[in-house]
Amino acid sequence: MGQYVHRSTLATARVLSAPTRRALVPERLGRLAREMWKHRWLYLLLVPPLTYYVIFRYIPIYNAQIAFKDFRPLLGVEGSAWVGFEHFQTFFHSYYFTDLIVNTVVFSTGKLVLGMPVAIVLAIAIHESRFMFFRSLVQTVTYLPHFLSWVIMLGLLLGLLSPSSGMINEGIQAAGGQPIPFLTSPDWFRQVVISSDIWKDTGWSTILYLAALLGISPDLYEAAAVDGASRWRRIWHISLPGIVPVMVLITLLRLGNILDAGFNQIFILYSVPVYSVGDIIDTWVYRSMLDFQFSVGTAVGLFKGVFGLVLILVANQVAKRTANQSLF
Amino acid sequence: MFRMKDRDEWSFQLVVNGLLLVVLLIIVIPLWRVIMTSVTPLDVYMRVGVPFFQWPGDWSFGAFQQMLSHPDFPRAALNSVIITVCGTAVSLTLTVPLAYALSTRTLPGRTVITAMILFTFLFHVGLIPTYLLVAKTLGWIDNMLAIIIPPAVGVTNVLVMRNFFEGIPDEIKEAARMDGANDLQVLLQVILPLSKPILLTIGLFYAVYYWNEFFTPILYLNDSDLMPLPVLLRNILIGQNFSEYVEYDVSRVASIESLKAAAVMLTMVPMIAVYPWIQRYFTKGTLVGGVKE
Repeated sequence: MGQYVHRSTLATARVLSAPTRRALVPERLGRLAREMWKHRWLYLLLVPPLTYYVIFRYIPIYNAQIAFKDFRPLLGVEGSAWVGFEHFQTFFHSYYFTDLIVNTVVFSTGKLVLGMPVAIVLAIAIHESRFMFFRSLVQTVTYLPHFLSWVIMLGLLLGLLSPSSGMINEGIQAAGGQPIPFLTSPDWFRQVVISSDIWKDTGWSTILYLAALLGISPDLYEAAAVDGASRWRRIWHISLPGIVPVMVLITLLRLGNILDAGFNQIFILYSVPVYSVGDIIDTWVYRSMLDFQFSVGTAVGLFKGVFGLVLILVANQVAKRTANQSLF
Repeated sequence: MFRMKDRDEWSFQLVVNGLLLVVLLIIVIPLWRVIMTSVTPLDVYMRVGVPFFQWPGDWSFGAFQQMLSHPDFPRAALNSVIITVCGTAVSLTLTVPLAYALSTRTLPGRTVITAMILFTFLFHVGLIPTYLLVAKTLGWIDNMLAIIIPPAVGVTNVLVMRNFFEGIPDEIKEAARMDGANDLQVLLQVILPLSKPILLTIGLFYAVYYWNEFFTPILYLNDSDLMPLPVLLRNILIGQNFSEYVEYDVSRVASIESLKAAAVMLTMVPMIAVYPWIQRYFTKGTLVGGVKE
C-alpha cells in the first residue's frame, strides 16, 4: 500500500467527521450492543446488499415450494394446492430421467477428466519455458477465450465446423470426404461441446496451477539438478507433487458441481437433432418452463440443487481430511 | 538471460516451447478464421471461399459497413452499453459495502452474514423460482431491470474484494477513526482510494459478465427494440430470419458468411479492447511469472 495517501485523506476525514459519539451510548448497554452501536454505519451500508440478498436469493428459495405444489399462475405460489412429492416421482420415473442424468454427467466429467491434464501440461510448459516474452504472449492469448461469450464461441465454431463453409469441413472435402454436420450430429455433438469448452477455458484454469508451481521453492529444483536429475525427472518428482493439492481441490469442487454441465454453452449450441445426447437437466428445466410446467421444472431444479449442496459439503469434508484444504 | 548448459537443456526448451507454439496456434486459428471471413471481398468468396491469408490491402470492410448501416445493430450495441454500464455500477454499489462490512473483523454478526451469503452460493433452486419472482411478482418483462438487478452481486467477487480489504492494515482504519471518522467516511475517504486495482478488476469482471449475457435477455425481453448485442448476434448466426437483421440482398457487397463474421467481430472487439486492462491486473502479484531467479 502506498503511504502517500493517508495524510491528505485523513485531513479531509477530520474536517468532515462529527465529534465522537461514544458519550451518547448509554452505559447500561452491554459490550455487544456497544460494538454494534460503534458499527452502526456499517449496518447502514449493509442494508442495500442484504435487501438484495433477501429479495433475489431468498425469495426464489421460498418460491421453490411450488415443487411440492400444483402451481397455478392465477392462484400464486402460496395459493396453489400441495401435492407432496408427486412431481419428483414423475421426474424419477420418466423415460427422459436417465438420458438427462447421463448427458449431464458425461459433459461435466468429460470436461474435467479431459480438460485437467491439458491444463496441467500447459501450466508446466509455461512454467518451464525460459523465453519470457514468448511465455507471457502464450499466457495473454490463452486467457483471452475465457472472456468471450458462448454466442461468440458459436460464431467461431461455425467458422470451423459449418458443413457449408467451415474450415474443418473444407479440409475434409479437400481430402475427398463428405462434410460432417458436427453441431447437429448426435455422433459428434458431445465431442464438440467438450473440446470447445477445453479450448475456451484451459488457459484460464492454468492460473491456479501456475500459482502453485511458482510457490515451489527453487532450492528443490537446484538440489535435484545437483543430484543429476534430468529436466523430465524434476517435473515428475517436484512440479507434479507440488500441484497435487490444486488438482485435488479442483476435482472436488467440480465433483460438487457434477450436475452443472454448462447451461449457457449447451443452450446456445444444441438443437432438436442432438437432444438425445445433448439435453441436460438445466436445458430441460428451461423447456419445461416454456411449456408452463412450472412445478415439475422447479422439482427438477430443486433436486439438482439439493444434490449439489450435499455433494459440495461432502467434497469439502473430503478436502479437509485428505488435502488438508477447505473449499470455503 | 539464462545459460543453455548442454544439449539436454536445448532439446528440453525446444519441446516445451514447441508445445506452447502448438497451443498458441490452436487458440489463434479460429479467431484468425473469423477475422479473415469478415474481410473477404464478395468476388473472392464466390471464387475460392475464405482464403487462409489475405494481405490487408485486399481486405474489404463492406460487411462491417452493411452491418452497421442497418438500424438493428447500433441499437443493440446501445442496449448492450446501457446494460453493461448500469449493471456494473449497480454491482459495485452493492458489492463494495458488503465486502467492506465482511472485512471488518470486529463487526457483530459478520459470521451470520457470511454464512447467509455462502449458502446462496452453494444452494441453487434453479431457474423457475427466480423467473416467477422477476416476471410475475416484480413484473419486469420487457424491463432492463430484469437483466441488471437479479445477477448484480457475485459471491466470488465479494469474497475476492473482502480479501483485498482485509489486507489493508488495520492501523490505517484505526488512525482515521481516532480522528473521528465514522465507518462510512473511512470507506469513502481511506479505503476506496487505496482500492483502485481491485475496484477496476472486479468492475471489469462484472462488465464482461453484463456484456456477454444473452440468456436473461432472451428470457425477459420480448421487445426487439431492447435486444442487446449477444441476442442479435445469436439471431444473425442461427439465421432463421437472417434478412430481418441485415439487408444482405439489397446491395450485395459481402457474402452472408462475411456478414456473420463481421457481426461476431463487432461484438468481440470491445471485449478485446478492454482485455489488456483486465489482463494487466489479474496477472499482477504472484502470477507475473519469471519471479524465480
